Amino acid sequence: MLQNNQAITIKGTKEGLTIFMDDMCSFEHAFAELHDKVTVKDPIKDSPPAKVTLKLGNRYIDDHQKERLQDLLGSENNLQLIALESDVVHKQDALAWKEESEVKVINKIIRSGQVLNVTGDLLLIGDVNPGGKVTASGNIYVLGKLAGIAHAGMTGDQEAIIAASYMKPSQLRIAHYISRAPDYEADGVYMECGFIDTEKNKIVIDHIRAISKKRKDLSGFERRMYNG
Amino acid sequence: MGEAIVITSGKGGVGKTTTTANVGTALALMDKKVCLVDTDIGLRNLDVIMGLENRIIYDIVDVIEGRCKLQQALVKDKRFNDLVLLPAAQTTDKAAVTSEGMIELVAELKQTYDYIVIDCPAGIEQGFQNAIAGADKAIVVTTPEKSSVRDADRIIGLLEKEEHIAPANLVINRIRHHMMKNGDMLDIEDIVQILSIDLIGIVIDDDEVIKASNQGEPVAFQPNSKASIAYRNIARRILGESVPLQSLEDEKGMFQKMKRFFSLRS
Repeated sequence: MLQNNQAITIKGTKEGLTIFMDDMCSFEHAFAELHDKVTVKDPIKDSPPAKVTLKLGNRYIDDHQKERLQDLLGSENNLQLIALESDVVHKQDALAWKEESEVKVINKIIRSGQVLNVTGDLLLIGDVNPGGKVTASGNIYVLGKLAGIAHAGMTGDQEAIIAASYMKPSQLRIAHYISRAPDYEADGVYMECGFIDTEKNKIVIDHIRAISKKRKDLSGFERRMYNG
Repeated sequence: MGEAIVITSGKGGVGKTTTTANVGTALALMDKKVCLVDTDIGLRNLDVIMGLENRIIYDIVDVIEGRCKLQQALVKDKRFNDLVLLPAAQTTDKAAVTSEGMIELVAELKQTYDYIVIDCPAGIEQGFQNAIAGADKAIVVTTPEKSSVRDADRIIGLLEKEEHIAPANLVINRIRHHMMKNGDMLDIEDIVQILSIDLIGIVIDDDEVIKASNQGEPVAFQPNSKASIAYRNIARRILGESVPLQSLEDEKGMFQKMKRFFSLRS
């Protein structure tokens, strides 16, 4: 291999260092070269670490390789790896993303004692009766009466919302937040949605039109891609 | 070939057995051949309400375990020739009854009878599974109380999973009109909206029902009591007639009727 045909190119930008790793050579070759380039014998301990973005091009790396890169571009060499960008994703990951970002349309009544779990967003055309429960890893939209329990953002997505044509839930849960209906008998409300208000640190219910201001990127795919 | 209807509710004490006895009686009054089946093993009382307790010789467990023929276990009603009761067992082990046994039994009864009305035990355990195993149709009984509507909802959910049963129909039992009017009871519309199944009848809470049950003479025999008419209306709807829902208003005096006639608000 020619000497000038480098596997690693380093560029300095305003945000820090951008390292390009050639995607045609073997990982070991590139890793060794990167190792030579970034390893310093006597790091300056008191200066803040340089922020590094690693661009992999069309290379897919597995978890083990990722770990090695993270170790190499870590504090020992006075570096901080902030992003690992690859133009390719594993098929499995892509499918999981798709599953996560899909809106599942389900047309039935969730009756007392029944539980409906979906991955991604749930669009339920029908009621959730008292004692029934619906859960989704994304948002929940109920075209009908929500009188049971709804749990959006099951896997921890605090941005998730719960919207219903008629909202009279016994409990609303989003990520690890729980709110319950008041103890007094109250009428339900039409066209409302629940979401986490970070200032109040609890679930609040507001009219559906308010959601356009609170959650601008409601339609999931990109949001989940960036949020991981 | 007959039709098997299971009467169920989930919650106890809402009037499954009373409904079974009266719907069965009302169907028999319309010249149908009817067999009532009590599947509440260990706590039978359909026979008491029908007034047939002291005629029981064999029961459903005897039939399923082959100790007697089906015909021997059927208790003929005192009033009709075409109304019979297959009583539940009172003492024997209820594990003897299985879903398969019930399917076979109901299929055999369907050869002879137009309607097989099955009284289901409370709860959602094996007894319930047995009761619905052979059914073609289901009637869910509820009262205008939250707890019983909740249980009815659960039961409807379970019935929906059974592919051999047509979508269930609803009977709202023990309606007290003044409480509904005051908003102290769930009203009919609310209940139907929650359960979202077809309403096949409403029955007013009538003292006559209890009186008749204690006498072993189902209320459906009475010509004029409100509950009796309600049960007979349910039977007519089962037969496919379209009968308007009973008015909940009490009988009014002549003056009130006149007022209504001149379409004044009373």
